[in-house]
Parts: sequence; C-alpha cells; structure tokens
Amino acid sequence: MYKKLLSNVKEYKAASIATPVWMIFEVIFEVLIPMCMGSIVDDGVRKSNMQHIYVMGAVMVCLALLGWFSGVMGGIYGAKAATGLARNLRKAMFEKIQTYSFMNIDKFSTAGLVTRLTTDVTNVQNAYQMVLRMCFRAPFSLIFAMIAAFLIKPEIASVYLIAVFILSVVLIFLVRAAMKCFKEVFKKYDDLNAAVQENVSAIRVVKANVREEYETDRLRKAAENIYKLFVKAESKVVINAPLMQVTVYSCILAISWLGAHMIVAEELQTGELMSLLAYCMNILMSLMLMSFIFVMVSMSTASVERIVEVLDEETDIKDPENPVQTVSDGRIAFEKVDFSYDRSGSGIPVLKDVSLSINSGEMIGIIGATGSAKSSLVSLISRLYDVTDGRVKVGGRDVREYSVAALRDQVSVVLQKNVIFSGTILDNLRWGDPDATEEECKRACRLACADEFIERFPDKYETMIEQGGTNVSGGQKQRLCIARALLKKPKILILDDSTSAVDTATDAKIRKAFREEIPGTTKIIIAQRVSSVMDADRIIVLDEGRISGFGTHEELLESNMIYREVYESQTGGNGDFDEKGD
Amino acid sequence: MAEEKVKEIKMGGRQRNMGPKPKLDNPGKIFMRLMARVLSGYAFHVIVAVVCIVISIMCSIKGIFFLQSLIDDFITPLIGAENPDFSLLRHEILSIAVVYVVGIVAVYIQSKIMVYVSQGTLKNLRIEIFEKMEKLPISYFDTHSHGDIMSVYTNDIDTLRQMISQSLPQLLNSGITIVSTLISMIILSPVLTGVSLLMVGVQIFITGKVAGGSSRYFIEQQKQLGSLNGFIEEMVEGQKVVKVFNHEQINIDKFNELNDSLFGSAKKANQYVNVLGPINAQLGNLSYVLCAIVGGILVFNGGTGILALSVGDLASFLTFNKSVNMPINQISQQFNAIVMGLAGAERIFKLLDEIPETDEGYVTLVNVKRNPEFRGEATCTERTDEHAAPLIASEGEWLETEEKTGIWAWKHFHKAEGITSYVKLTGDVVFDGVDFGYVPEKTVLHDIKLYAKPGQKIALVGTTGAGKTTITNLLNRFYDIQDGKIRYDGININKIKKDDLRRSLGIVLQDVHLFSGTIRDNIRYGKLDATDEEVEAAAKLANADGFIRRLPDGYDTVIKSDGGSLSQGQRQLIAIARTAIADPPVLILDEATSSIDTRTEKLVQAGMDGLMKGRTTFVIAHRLSTVRNSDCIMVLDGGRIIERGTHDELIKEKGRYYTLYTGAKSEAAGA
Repeated sequence: MYKKLLSNVKEYKAASIATPVWMIFEVIFEVLIPMCMGSIVDDGVRKSNMQHIYVMGAVMVCLALLGWFSGVMGGIYGAKAATGLARNLRKAMFEKIQTYSFMNIDKFSTAGLVTRLTTDVTNVQNAYQMVLRMCFRAPFSLIFAMIAAFLIKPEIASVYLIAVFILSVVLIFLVRAAMKCFKEVFKKYDDLNAAVQENVSAIRVVKANVREEYETDRLRKAAENIYKLFVKAESKVVINAPLMQVTVYSCILAISWLGAHMIVAEELQTGELMSLLAYCMNILMSLMLMSFIFVMVSMSTASVERIVEVLDEETDIKDPENPVQTVSDGRIAFEKVDFSYDRSGSGIPVLKDVSLSINSGEMIGIIGATGSAKSSLVSLISRLYDVTDGRVKVGGRDVREYSVAALRDQVSVVLQKNVIFSGTILDNLRWGDPDATEEECKRACRLACADEFIERFPDKYETMIEQGGTNVSGGQKQRLCIARALLKKPKILILDDSTSAVDTATDAKIRKAFREEIPGTTKIIIAQRVSSVMDADRIIVLDEGRISGFGTHEELLESNMIYREVYESQTGGNGDFDEKGD
Repeated sequence: MAEEKVKEIKMGGRQRNMGPKPKLDNPGKIFMRLMARVLSGYAFHVIVAVVCIVISIMCSIKGIFFLQSLIDDFITPLIGAENPDFSLLRHEILSIAVVYVVGIVAVYIQSKIMVYVSQGTLKNLRIEIFEKMEKLPISYFDTHSHGDIMSVYTNDIDTLRQMISQSLPQLLNSGITIVSTLISMIILSPVLTGVSLLMVGVQIFITGKVAGGSSRYFIEQQKQLGSLNGFIEEMVEGQKVVKVFNHEQINIDKFNELNDSLFGSAKKANQYVNVLGPINAQLGNLSYVLCAIVGGILVFNGGTGILALSVGDLASFLTFNKSVNMPINQISQQFNAIVMGLAGAERIFKLLDEIPETDEGYVTLVNVKRNPEFRGEATCTERTDEHAAPLIASEGEWLETEEKTGIWAWKHFHKAEGITSYVKLTGDVVFDGVDFGYVPEKTVLHDIKLYAKPGQKIALVGTTGAGKTTITNLLNRFYDIQDGKIRYDGININKIKKDDLRRSLGIVLQDVHLFSGTIRDNIRYGKLDATDEEVEAAAKLANADGFIRRLPDGYDTVIKSDGGSLSQGQRQLIAIARTAIADPPVLILDEATSSIDTRTEKLVQAGMDGLMKGRTTFVIAHRLSTVRNSDCIMVLDGGRIIERGTHDELIKEKGRYYTLYTGAKSEAAGA
C-alpha cells in the first residue's frame, strides 16, 4: 500500500532524500552545541578562562549558524517534497478517474471521490512531511545524544538507556490503546454526522411532522455518547505528559545523585554534568516525538488506504489491440445479450437474452416501467458498460473492436442524469465539438429547440451557466444537453429520458426536427410518456430486463398487453400535463 | 421537477471543502465569546486547571533552582573533602522529589480536567447547534447549501476541537511559563535578563516577519484549494458526461493547471512555516552564547550588586534562558491553529445567531369529547357562508380532555371577550386574497383565493414556477404570507401554534426522505406513540403492507442511507404510511407520484386513494389521472389562479386547462 503511494514521489525524490539528510545535519549540530555549552562552563567559567569562552562561543555561533542553515534547508526541501507528493497524488488520482468506466464510477460516490482528492491527500501530505523531517531526525537525535552521553560518562549514560527502554515500552502500550479508542470514536463520530446530514436534507419532513424536539433529544443522546468516548480516548493520551515528566525527573534526580558522587570523587566535572542533563532532555524529547510520528502515521493510514483504492481501481473497459477507428453506419444489433452490474456473475441479471436489430437511420422508442432496464440497454451501445454475455454490434462490428473514443464520438448519448458545466452556453455546447463554429452551435440549438430560450437571455450564447446549471430550468437544461450531443454529428443518437421536463409540444417539435434534419442518424428515445415514443418507427417495450414487444405503435397496441396498458392509462381520457419548462 | 427557484438553489448545495476563510472580522470578540462559553459551563474546572498549571510551573522552576544549588551548595563544598557527607544532598534530593511529584500530579489533573472542559464544551456546542438548526425556518435551508450547513457541524467543530483541547492549554501554559521564568531570571541576574529579552525581541520580530509572509501564501493556498475543489466537485459529479464526450484529456489539462498553482502556493506556505522552527531554535542558541559570554565576564570581574553572579547562578540562568525559548517557539507554532479555530468559531456563532422560526400562535390543538349535557345544535363545523366570519363553536358542546379521544379541537382564547372557545378540527381551508414572495421585492403569488371544504380534493396544476408548491408552503407556514389571510377551520393560521398547525397537516413530497432505522420506526415517525398494530394498519391503508411483509425482515427491515435498497415506489409507499399514521384531516400531496412510472404509480395510487378518503386534500400533479376526479381544479399561471372548476367545467371552458389537456391528446392522436 505504502509502496504504491510512494511511487508517486517521482520528481520529488531528490527533495525527499535531501530533507532527512539536512535534518540529520541539524541533529549533529544540535548535539554538538550542548558539548560547547558544557565546555564554556567547565573550561571557561570554572577556570576563569575568558579566552576559552570567546573561542567556544564563536564555535557555538558557527555551529548554530550551520544548524540553522541545515534546519532551513530541511524545512524547504521537506515542504517541497510533501506538497510535491500531494500534487502528484492528486494528479495521479484525477487522471485515473478519467480512465474509469461507468462501472468504476458507480463504485465511488461523488462526495467520496472529492474527499479522497482533497482531505485525504492533505492528511498524507502532512504525515509525509512529518515523516521526512522527523522520522530520521528523532532517532538520530536520540542515538547521537546517547553516544555523546556515553562519551562523557558511560556509567551515567546507562541510566538513560534504562529510562528509554521503560518509557518506550509504556509509550507503545499507551499509543496502541489510545489508537483503538480513537478509531471507535471516529466511527461513532461519522455516524453522528451522518445523522445530522440526514436531518438537514429531510428538514421538511422533520418540520412537517413537528419532530424538532424529538430529533434534538436523539442527537443529545448521541452527542453524550460521543463525549464519553472522546473523554475515554483522550484520558489515555493525557497520561503522556505526566509520564514523560516522571521519567525526566527521575533521570535528573538519579544523575544528580550519581553525578555528585563522581564530581566529589573527581571523576566528573560540573560542566559535564550539565551537558549530561541537557542530553537527558534531548533523548526523551526524541522518544516523545517518535511516538507522535507513530500516531500521525497510523492516523493517516485510513487516508492512504482510500487513496490507494482509487489508484488501484482498474478500468474494465479498455481499447482492444488495433482498434477500429471509424464506425461505418448507424446499424445496431444485440445478439443474445445478458447483462449484470455485478461483474462477479453472481449478481442479478439486469438484461436477459436480449436480441434485436435496428437499421441505420431508424427512430426507435423504448418504454417500460422503472427498473425494466431501459437505461442499461442503451448504455451497452456506446460501451458505457460491457455485456456479461452475448454481443452488441454497431455498424456491423462488435463494440469491443472499436477504440472507445471513436465509438463514443459516433454514438452520442444524452444521459438521464445529465450535467452541464460552469462556463458559457457556447463552452458547454462545444463539449460536443471543440471546433464547432457559432453557426453550427446555433443550428444544433435550433434542432433541440433550445434557441428560443437562449435568444431570450440577455447575453444569448455567451450566458454564463453556474455550477450545476442552477440558473437554467430543468427543461432548458435538457434541451442544452441534446444540442450538445447533436454537435458531435453522431451516427447514433440516444436520448435517455431526456425530454421529461420539456413540454409535449416542444418534445414533438424536437422529434420532428430529428426526423427531417438528421434522417441518416439512428435515433433511440427512452421515455416515460407514451406520446414521446408513439410516433417512432418502432418501439421496444421492456419488462424486467426482457423485450416484451418490438414493433410499431399500432402493432404493439394490438399485440402487447403492457404497451396497451401504459397507453390507456396515459391517454385513455387521461394524459399528461406538460411542464412548460420556461 | 422542483417548483421554485429556491429549491434549485438548494440543490446546488455541495460539500464545501475549502477550509476556513482566512479573513477574520473581529478575532478578539470571537475569542472572548468563545471563552465566555467555555467558562459558562466549566468555570470551576477552568479555575482548577489554571491553578494546576501554576503549581506545575512553580514546581519545575523549583527544580531548576535545585540544579543551581546542586552544584554551588552541595557539590562544590564537598570537592576535596576527606569524608564527603552526602546526607545533606540526599535530604535535598528527597525534598525535591516531593516537589516533582506535586508538579506531576498537577500536570495530570490539569490535562485530565482540560479533556472534560474541551470535550464538554464541544458536546454542548454540538447539541446547541443542532437544536438551533432544528428551529431555523425552512427559508434558511432553502437559501443555504446543505454542504455549508454540514460544514459548520463537521469541519468547524473539528478545528475548534483542535484549538480548545490543544492550542489553548498550550498557550496558557506557555504564557505562564514565560512570565514565571522571566521573574526567576530577573532574580538571578537583571543584566543577563536584559540580554535575553533583547534576543526574545529579535525572535518576535523575525517570527512576525516570517508569519506575515506565510499567511500571505496560506491565504493564496486556501483560495487555490477552493478553486481546485470546485473543479474536482464539478467534474467528478459530471464524470459520466465527461466519458460520453471523450473529454478526459481536456479535463486533465485544466486540472493540472489548477493543481500546479496550488502546489506552488502550498509549497511556499509550508516552507515559511518550516523555516520558522530552526530560526527560533538557533536564535535561542545564540541567546545562550551571548548570555554565557556576558555572564562569564560578570563572573570573573566579580561584580557586586546587580552585577554579582556566581558560577551556579550562571548555570541556572542558562537553563532558564533555554526554557524561556521553548514556549515562545510553541506559541508561534500554535498561531495558525488558533486563527483557523477562530474562523470556525465565527461561522458557528453566525449559525447560532440566526433568527429562529418565531411562533406567536396561541390557538392550540386539544383532545375533546362531546359534552353530554349540551342541548344546543351542533353548529361548530357548519358554516352558513364561506365569506362570512366563521362561527365560533357554541359554548359547552365540547369539553377539553386529557383522554385520547381521537376527536380534536382548536382551543381558542379570545382575549377581547376573555372566553375560550373550542372549534372542532375538520380541515376547512380558505385562502383569501393571499400575496406572497420569497423576497419582498418579487411577489410570486398574487391574490390567491381558494376554498376547500372538509373532505374535498383540490388539485393545483400549472407550469413549473407557477407557484403550486408555494401555496402549500404557506399553508403549513414554512413561509409567511405578505398579504391576505389563510384560515383553517375558520381560524387565521397566524393565530395557530405552528406545531399544532403542522400536526394537523400531512405532507407527502416528491422526494422521499426516509431515516436510517427500521421500516417500523419510519412509519412511526408520524406518530411516535403508535402501537405496532397502528403501524401495520397505516401500512395497510397505504397499500404498503404487502411488500413490507415480503421483505426478509418484514417491518423490522433496516433502511440504510435514505432508503437506498428500496425502490422509489416502495419508499413512497412508506412515506404515505408515515403520513397515514398521523391521521391528519388535511393532506398535501406534492408531486408525490411524479417520479414514478405509470405502472408503479398504480400501486401507489391505491395507497393514496385510501389515504385521501374523508380528508381535505391538496394535490399537485401533472398527471391527469391524479387530477381528474378532483372537486376543484385550480390552474395556476405566473402566480395567479387563472381558471378554476371541475374537470368537466374546465374542459367546457376551453381555456388553458383545455389546451394543456388536449395538447397532450392531439399529440397522441398525431402519431
């Protein structure tokens, strides 16, 4: 997992290596400085040697400057390496997501992917910087300080060894216990936030049922629970500080006692004792830092896991070798197609044994209940998903023989859950064809009956669309999406319930334009409204993943029970009110 | 399709991940307010914690003094002695051990108390924010994106947690350490203290400079992070469209551009922060050298008065010098955390300061039973003339009771006459000349007149944005009207307590929201004290009993994340059962079947019909089958009722309704 993560360091490898190296230098200077301090006191102050104080002072200033330089360099490279890794991770993830098939996209939620690209990457960035700067520094600092202490007086230094050993055992134990608690807390914490989220989105239900107090009571209980868990977890953490102090103070007292004896026995000088005391702090601080790094790295593990999950996800739809680049015509054929969203094969089949053949230029309607697999059926044509069994042919060839890009250029789909992007209307239209002239864009809009409302905007085709298309109505959005798809000049055009918010008259006008203006394009129209499909050349009636009928309106009315039922419920003295979208 | 623009604004709501806005209007005020909040709940705790901090710092200072005396008083005199007597030293070490123990205990108590203080404050804040949120008017949720509201609850509380539990104690600790250490230093040697302070001044100056530079890049980083997040959100949301249009490469190029500029500023910002640590540390070392040199000169020259200094004093001073540097370093490192925490607190307080939904209603809904001694005529629900003032229930016909009689009445206290009347709840609704706009400048409903007698079915039809949903939003007072009157059983709804008004209305919306929990819990949401039998009866009425029983766990099936595992139709049926169990006399069905296909709708329709029986019902729909048999159909256009009547009347009128209706027909015929 970490290997995968670190493979993204790439051009920041040099910085990643330089950082710990500079940090180690900093440590060396940091260790040397207390030695000078000791020497200043022992050989300078005690021996009334002002000269020595100056010399050692100068040495110390040099060391401090060098230490400062190393620290700064370490900091600069560390920041570069960590933010660079973050940059590469975001890039790698985003590029990976671009290769995802629909199947892959379905696996992740939008919010989930956004969190992975932002919060999780930031967590990893911080942890990586911490590791680069401290992971070598802390142990080295510990080792150097230990060596220095041993050089001065092995007998006293061994006191540190014992302290380090005891403290590290206790720390490991403590950190593990705390981590366990925190994991539990954060899970509950997520649940709490989920409950709040639920409340925010269902606020109308809450208020309509006068359940404000009831919900508040529920939350109060949950918050109390979280409080208890947090207190439990943090209580483990707060043992850290006193524990540290116990160790430090014990060491100081032990060294004072031992040191006093040695000084009196003239085995040790007072300055040396002071240096030893300074190292004591160094050693224990490093240990503390190491436990902190451990916590930080374990906390970021979850983020790393989530990131690697995105990077490891392999797209299941790939170009074949020697892909076909052109689609000859708009013929479509399904041959004994089975399809399931679950790749493992054990999933519930969505489409069962579907065979049909559509001629180039035909207009085909598809109708059926929700869950009858209308969308699934058409999504196989532009290879948004791959069949589980059987074959889908476009232009006489299996769709898997084409290059995916070429296929999708020729098979234009207007998705049911469609999105337009922030930018001008023209920008959006040119998604279909980046080189389209304004005239071409206008023509596409005319076909999609979008020109009428666009012309009424003050900025016309330069009107800015807000993120999520919030400043156009549902019907307008749908027509823009149709125009965008038309600009591809596709051989096959698929509208997946794309006129549901457009009123019946406009809907009919769009279909008429299709029939007259792009007769060579195969048109497939999925709709809830019978009126949207009844004038098609042929209509497919889907029922629970099977084709229940395929024929003209009259034929189906005659022979297909489901079709007749739907037709009568919608038109037999009933009908459908239009939403005049604008 | 959402009916109002406000709804669309809401739908544009997305998770905001931009982090804190770097600008703070009044950090001091926010800080004081936050402190007041912490103190209000935990004043005693905080005092104890402060006392503990002081004790622990005193103890550690005592420890440093010990090191001084160790060399001068206990070791130096013994050097060269024939039989060195260590008993004094032993005694001193033991007594200092006691001091240390006291210090350690103080540290422990303080940190433990701070856990309670910080977590307790956060708990109270969480509850308070939620409570506040529940009290906010619907307009707040319509005008603020849900992502932003959630962000207050999650991101902002999280940064506050960091600040309260870590930065604040650290700050307090550092502050006290600096002050007490300074005092000790002055006692030891005022001259050297001067030298030290000079270096501290330099340190603060440099820190300020560097922090200024870093905050500039931090602000830039936040801004770029914001735009990158916006881009990611938009593109990931539209990923399928990206695929369909082979737009991947263009996306990657644009992403790289944003990503690289974020990298640039993030790198700079982090470098500034990283550089600060070594600078401060080495300035501390320089300060040490300076003090050693100056101190050394003082020791040799054997000055008197404030210049007097012994070797031991110098040793202690140098230790103090080091320990005054550490807290300064810490403060500078906590700086960013505190700014971010305060920014979070600002947003939290902003939410807490929002004006809650007000309720000046005083007419309440109570259970009543028939007064057996009442001999008069039952006039309470009969009204002679729709336009005339409603008749007040004859006194004495109904008696208020604690019993659950299932008969409800509005308890209306008339201030002028000083009498209380009871009006039986029947579900008679009148709109009289109602004007309304979501913003005062833009009226969306004009002069709406509407009468619904108990048990009638009123249909509202019209185009998107005609104001259909708005009318229902006014009836349950999600929004308040600007002009005109709405009467419920003859009472102006402004006089009715909102809770009771809403209790008397049942709403089924197009978007079904179910809560995590069992199906039983969800149905019971409409009536919390409902028995299992009542739950099942409601489900039967809504035609939901059948499918629920076929689920593996029946009524105890757990619904996760807004009912994902159930079909749209099934979820709608549960929502209908939820409304049925509340048994309200007035129903609002807002596009309840629009997103369901015709075949599934049949199933739901049966449930709806069962529910509508005997209730005043407002139906918003664009399917004729739902509308046709209404007692009265209102055709809305541009916020006005342009036609009204029964289906047959409206067809005869050959107006808008006729066009809408036959438009679909002729379209069908044209095939």
